Amino acid sequence: MLKILKSFSKRMLRGLFRKRESIKIGFYGPPNAGKTSLANRICKDWTGEDIGLVSKVPHETRHVQFKEKVEIKHKGKTLVLKLIDTPGIATKIDYEEFLKFGIKRNEAKRRAKEATQGIIESIQWLDDMDAVVIVLDASENPYSQVNITIIGNLVARKIPVLIVANKIDLKKAEVDKVASAFPDYEIVGISAKEGTNLDEFYEALFRLAKKI
Amino acid sequence: MKNKKVKGLSLQVIPFAEIEKLSISERVKKILGLVLNNKIVIIHGRLRAEEEARLIEDTMALVDHVKNFRGIELAVIEPELSGRGVITKLKHGLAKRLVGDSEALTVVGPSSIVKEIKRDPRKIELLLG
Repeated sequence: MLKILKSFSKRMLRGLFRKRESIKIGFYGPPNAGKTSLANRICKDWTGEDIGLVSKVPHETRHVQFKEKVEIKHKGKTLVLKLIDTPGIATKIDYEEFLKFGIKRNEAKRRAKEATQGIIESIQWLDDMDAVVIVLDASENPYSQVNITIIGNLVARKIPVLIVANKIDLKKAEVDKVASAFPDYEIVGISAKEGTNLDEFYEALFRLAKKI
Repeated sequence: MKNKKVKGLSLQVIPFAEIEKLSISERVKKILGLVLNNKIVIIHGRLRAEEEARLIEDTMALVDHVKNFRGIELAVIEPELSGRGVITKLKHGLAKRLVGDSEALTVVGPSSIVKEIKRDPRKIELLLG
């Protein structure tokens, strides 16, 4: 009994006095929504380096990639993040889709295989996140089951969520539609490509970090 | 690529009672077993979020190992409760806890047959290939 009490008080004290070095923020969403573009934008702004490659071909990111200690300073406040960019989650992978982008058959098959493994990796990483930014393409229908599944899993794990409606530079973009699909969440419309509305995004990111 | 016409369409309806006592692995295995046999599965009820995630994970593992299997289309439709009274929402919540979310419908089909499931809050539209 004494042992249990000692260990409990030790853990309590450690929890009280240990300052969290950085928080783990995951970037999740369907393929080609602009997760890596947004992660690159943040990393470039605050570390001077990119996190990964971006491309018009879906599933360009096929492995989880990180950037440690990204220190964001905004309006006198500082936030230190471990930024985790994940492969886009989908329910199907067809290597023939890659052929349309001029990729050769063998390479397309290899890419498809890596993409399936990337999706599994993304899902398995959900448990390790402190908070998640869901990046959606604002020009696409937000009522996709993948989006709902990702959010449902985060809610079940009590992980705070911020939804980013990306690609507002496109004519077809409808931030309101994203907002009405997910009325219980904060939605920020941005263009990661053009750097539009990033101030509002950083404000929302600080609010997200407070919910952890 | 030539357009292939669907010659026959097989739907299988699963009452929630048939899967409610199965473990996550067993439920997902049952659904994917039917999908691999080119059936469109309609579940009277909905899977939990973690089961949906598991379904996607196991689907991806199969895409890697089963020839010509490219994945699934998945959609859930639930009754529209916004705008209804608190009592209705409470009743629905209680029923959900007692007998599972039996008012929802889950549709899972092989992506080779179901090209797209268009979903908005009130309807599901299956576009077949």
